[in-house]
Amino acid sequence: MAELKLSGIVKNFGAVRVLHGIDLAVQNGEMIVIVGASGCGKSTLLRIVAGLERATGGTVLIDDRDVTALEPAARDIAMVFQNYALYPHMRVFDNMAYGLRIRGLAKDDIKRRVQEAADLLGLSALLDRRPRELSGGQRQRVAMGRAIVREPKLFLFDEPLSNLDAKLRVAMRAEIKRLQRRLGVTSLFVTHDQVEAMTLGDRLVVMHEGRAAQIASPMEIFERPADTYVAGFIGSPAMNFLPATITEDGKGARLSDGNIIALPPGQFAAQPGQKVTLGIRPEHISLPGPLRLTTDLIEPLGSESVVHGRLASGETMALRLPGAPPSATVLEIAPRAEHLHVFDAETGKRLPPPA
Amino acid sequence: MSEARNSIAAPMGMAGSNPRADMLTHIILVLGVLLFALPIWIVLMGSTHDAGTIGRGDVPLLPGAEAAANYSAVWSQGNKRRAGVPVSIMMFNSAIMALLITFGKIAISIISAYAVAFFSFPGRMLFFWAIFITLMLPVEVRIFPTFQVVSDLGLVNTYAGLIVPLIASATATLLFRQFFLTIPDELVEAAKMDGAGPIRFFKDVVLPLSATNIAALFVILFVYGWNQYLWPLLVTTSTDVETIMIGIVKMLGSQGDTEWHLVMTTTVLALLPPVAIVILMQRWFVKGLVETEK
Repeated sequence: MAELKLSGIVKNFGAVRVLHGIDLAVQNGEMIVIVGASGCGKSTLLRIVAGLERATGGTVLIDDRDVTALEPAARDIAMVFQNYALYPHMRVFDNMAYGLRIRGLAKDDIKRRVQEAADLLGLSALLDRRPRELSGGQRQRVAMGRAIVREPKLFLFDEPLSNLDAKLRVAMRAEIKRLQRRLGVTSLFVTHDQVEAMTLGDRLVVMHEGRAAQIASPMEIFERPADTYVAGFIGSPAMNFLPATITEDGKGARLSDGNIIALPPGQFAAQPGQKVTLGIRPEHISLPGPLRLTTDLIEPLGSESVVHGRLASGETMALRLPGAPPSATVLEIAPRAEHLHVFDAETGKRLPPPA
Repeated sequence: MSEARNSIAAPMGMAGSNPRADMLTHIILVLGVLLFALPIWIVLMGSTHDAGTIGRGDVPLLPGAEAAANYSAVWSQGNKRRAGVPVSIMMFNSAIMALLITFGKIAISIISAYAVAFFSFPGRMLFFWAIFITLMLPVEVRIFPTFQVVSDLGLVNTYAGLIVPLIASATATLLFRQFFLTIPDELVEAAKMDGAGPIRFFKDVVLPLSATNIAALFVILFVYGWNQYLWPLLVTTSTDVETIMIGIVKMLGSQGDTEWHLVMTTTVLALLPPVAIVILMQRWFVKGLVETEK
């Protein structure tokens, strides 16, 4: 259990800068999920915390101790890898005990700790097997057991669920969350999967091109995304974006086809005539309304239907409608004003609330 | 492994469906077996006859009655007419040489491959290429300079002189390096997180994972060491360190002067250790060559 503090983390690979100064303070026992598309630098950030990669600039503090220059083993952290990285020639017991043996713990202690972790993870019957005799989910558990027995200050997870099939992934996701709660160990979890991110994290770090686009709780990120990237990344199907111009009275936004959509009053400091991007989530659109949508694809999901289509002005839109799919090919739709997001068209940043 | 078996099995199934093709296959196989096995059979039979039989120009294809006498004679006395060394001593010398060459080669190549594959240090690729390029130089090219060095060091007619120059192995280094490159980076990193230093990682992870490769190399290198001829010929002049290969050649005189039954007996004895090694380690050998999953 520990606090982790990153300040100004910069990383260059040759001439390419992949991290542009990341600041992050993680509290004791908190689960932080770092999420982003591939190549956004999320794994690099995790590896810098682990000590497997050396930061070009910035500092890593664990419990106020500067570990930036320390070897991984000296940082008292444990990591779960994407492909589990179990020692293939060792039994499950030895895999979990290896780190403890190197640290020179007494045999009884090692046995007790491994047994406890195995009980916790339901591995007690498998301690004599080798990794190749285990299923994917069991290997995953051994990898977590190896981290748990160390009783580290910090858990690092590097996309640990992405090698599992869909059903197991959901089960393991819940298990990781439960375990992390129970052990109360400060954790960093890297993933590209937004559902994992939303469900696991106490707070999320949404990374985009080497920068932290937003650091906030999952609901905060969903309800008040800081920019169009975050808005489009979190939520499925993705948020719809419509270019618009703020009307002269500042109370509405005019779409390219001339329709005016009212803005939620008192939420955005919009200047008359300002170019903006309106964001509206597929589930926040209702029938009927002023906009005409020609449908071109309908995905029935049982309890709801996802409708894809094109507005008269040419923008594509997706909407989620409850119940059976609509039969009409042209729908008249209305974005619900209270759920509207307004971003600056140039910077992509969310407009601030009025002063 | 199962895939390899399937692809070998498929052509056999095809031949089995056609009796004529089947017969042709068998004829070719029988010819092949004859071609390979006949000389060995002749040697084996020749070693059981007395001096006269082969001296008359017969090629015996059936066992004779002198086996025990021949084998005990060469084992304890060698080929007496040509001032021979007992075969037991030569076999011992050969075994020492082959084993030490094998262990030496494996030990040196596995640690140099470990250095080249897992560490980044200045000149790493230079070292790798320096090792790699010596692959292309056959022993014969450097044999005279090597002899010069060995003789300046006073190592002629010693085990050290016999063994040390043959110990460096570019092939084995390359083989281990290629295998090490298949060890996933995450495994190295997991060991780092567990606190294993380079020596521990080598001992606890790399070495156990290399076991099948080591076994395969052991077979190849033992046979290589056992069969060494040119270098022992140069560097041994005394009978103390004479190897079996040299001994056999020394037994050959002019046509009428050679005791062929003893030569053949010695040859059979010289065959035994490599054959034993291959048979004993066959399973490991095949595993080491085909195994890719870890």
